[in-house]
Amino acid sequence: MTLSSATRPIRIRERITSDRDSSGTALLVGALCCLLATASAILSALTLPGAAEGIWRVTIGLALWGLVGLAVLAGLPVLRGLAHRRAASEAASAGRSTQARAFRFRATQSGWIAAGYALPLLVIVGFAQFLGANNHAVQTTFFDVPFMLQSIGDVTVGFWQNVQIAVLAEILVLIWAMVIALARIMPGRAGRPIRWLATAYIDAFRAVPSIIVIYLVGFGLPLAGIPFFSELGPLWSSVLALTLTYGAYVAEVYRSGIDGVHWSQVAAARSLGLSYGKTMRFVVVPQAVRRVMPPLLNDFIGLQKDTALVTIIGTVDAFTQAKILANNYFNLSSVTVVAILFIIITIPQTRFVDRLIERDNRAKTRG
Amino acid sequence: MAFLELNDVQKSYGEHAVLRGIDLHVEEHEVVCLIGASGCGKSTLLRTINGLEEIQGGDIVLDGECISGEGVDLDRLRTRIGIVFQSFNLFPHMTVLENVTLGPRRVLGVKPVEADEYARKLLDRVGLAHKADAYPDQLSGGQQQRVAIVRAVAMNTDVLLLDEITSALDPELVAEVLSIVKSLAADGLTILMATHEMNFAREVADSIAFLHEGRVLEQGPPEQIFGEPQEARTREFLGQIIAAGRL
Repeated sequence: MTLSSATRPIRIRERITSDRDSSGTALLVGALCCLLATASAILSALTLPGAAEGIWRVTIGLALWGLVGLAVLAGLPVLRGLAHRRAASEAASAGRSTQARAFRFRATQSGWIAAGYALPLLVIVGFAQFLGANNHAVQTTFFDVPFMLQSIGDVTVGFWQNVQIAVLAEILVLIWAMVIALARIMPGRAGRPIRWLATAYIDAFRAVPSIIVIYLVGFGLPLAGIPFFSELGPLWSSVLALTLTYGAYVAEVYRSGIDGVHWSQVAAARSLGLSYGKTMRFVVVPQAVRRVMPPLLNDFIGLQKDTALVTIIGTVDAFTQAKILANNYFNLSSVTVVAILFIIITIPQTRFVDRLIERDNRAKTRG
Repeated sequence: MAFLELNDVQKSYGEHAVLRGIDLHVEEHEVVCLIGASGCGKSTLLRTINGLEEIQGGDIVLDGECISGEGVDLDRLRTRIGIVFQSFNLFPHMTVLENVTLGPRRVLGVKPVEADEYARKLLDRVGLAHKADAYPDQLSGGQQQRVAIVRAVAMNTDVLLLDEITSALDPELVAEVLSIVKSLAADGLTILMATHEMNFAREVADSIAFLHEGRVLEQGPPEQIFGEPQEARTREFLGQIIAAGRL
């Protein structure tokens, strides 16, 4: 039996090109989406600005009419698609089937592009309607701009607490987590109890919500009256609690990085006569830390957000300040300011992490 | 007594016996080549000699000192026996110079300046002085393997183990690596080398050991092994090498 007679492949002999035309559907969907977006935008632009006063009425009006303009612009691809459709039928009747196919494809694409741009506009208009609902009560509750401007000073002062807690905890986490990670992989029989201890620590602190840890550390240590620990004060209690929790997370991140270093690197280092400790210090850990930068920074972003939890032990952070203001003025816009501050510091970091990941991926595909 | 001696060395992974009683002698300043089919235990044998793998039976003697079994100071043993791997295993986060000086500085306690100077001298000898500050991923496979050899040589070990150091290289890069081994042999280094490069083995080795199914079937000077092999297995193996056009 020869190789070719042993395996007889299944063959598909259907024609690749068909005359199926889906451009009509695509263009219809695109046109409908644009019409809907335009109509709802016009409706909003006519009704919503009336509730506001002075400069705000003008601003909101301009923004909404801008949306109307964008919705109309989103319709342009539909017109282009219709032109392509005409060209396609002309090409088909002239017998140029390849060209006809290309025009049909472009017409279909145009329809979907119009729909793709119109749908987000619909969502934005919907959101504007939500803000304007109940005589724009939603907008004044969450986005009362004058009150936001008034509270921004106090809230930012409080936010400085969050930043301090986050930075101090991050520095401590970097060190503490490495201690835990190295204990977690302690080699040999002698290291086994230490591995157990580290594992138990990691399991426990990954299981307990950070807010509980903060509560127990912040109120429990002073209550127990232990020297030094009971006099930490809210700032350092918060730092300690977050270090305990995030130390466990980051220890796992470090460990995965250490596991990811190929065993041949250890073999090469040990072959030079480097001890276990020196192999870790000079060869394994430096490579591990490099490769876990993205997940590490993700955990740090989580830590920064969790600094808002310290409000429960009475640390006067941004959230605490905002709540005081919100209670006094019966309006939550000061809390929105806190949210915006967190967004401002977090987004650059997430973008940075994304770029790191992208760079790693490039390096991997290159390698 | 030979400089490096293996007596009835046995090694198995669970049920699977890899080394079934290896006897091998390497004299000082001698180049011994291990040949044999893939999976016959060449690499494992080399890895047992510098303590990367434990052995279950027999003993290994270096210069009259038993270096196998429980309680050997492996870190110290490895300052006497170095190894170069098939896959280079350079440290990717260090420059060429840092790769070479890591051992001398952190294990032998050589001062940074002296270690650098010595490393540069060695790199110059293998034609890589200009790459001292490059990172491994900026080098070709042949250059990386030359650095790996320098890294091992910089430790000034008594014995150098070479584990199929040209097997991962493109054919046109093999020569630049082998010429370095040749010059090290000329310097009088004691080298034990697992290889598939038969022509090189015939030219450079003082002694060839043919491994088959975890045993040294035959050891002797190249003329004997390649000229008039005593064992049927050796003849068969060499016949296959010749049929593949590699000898």
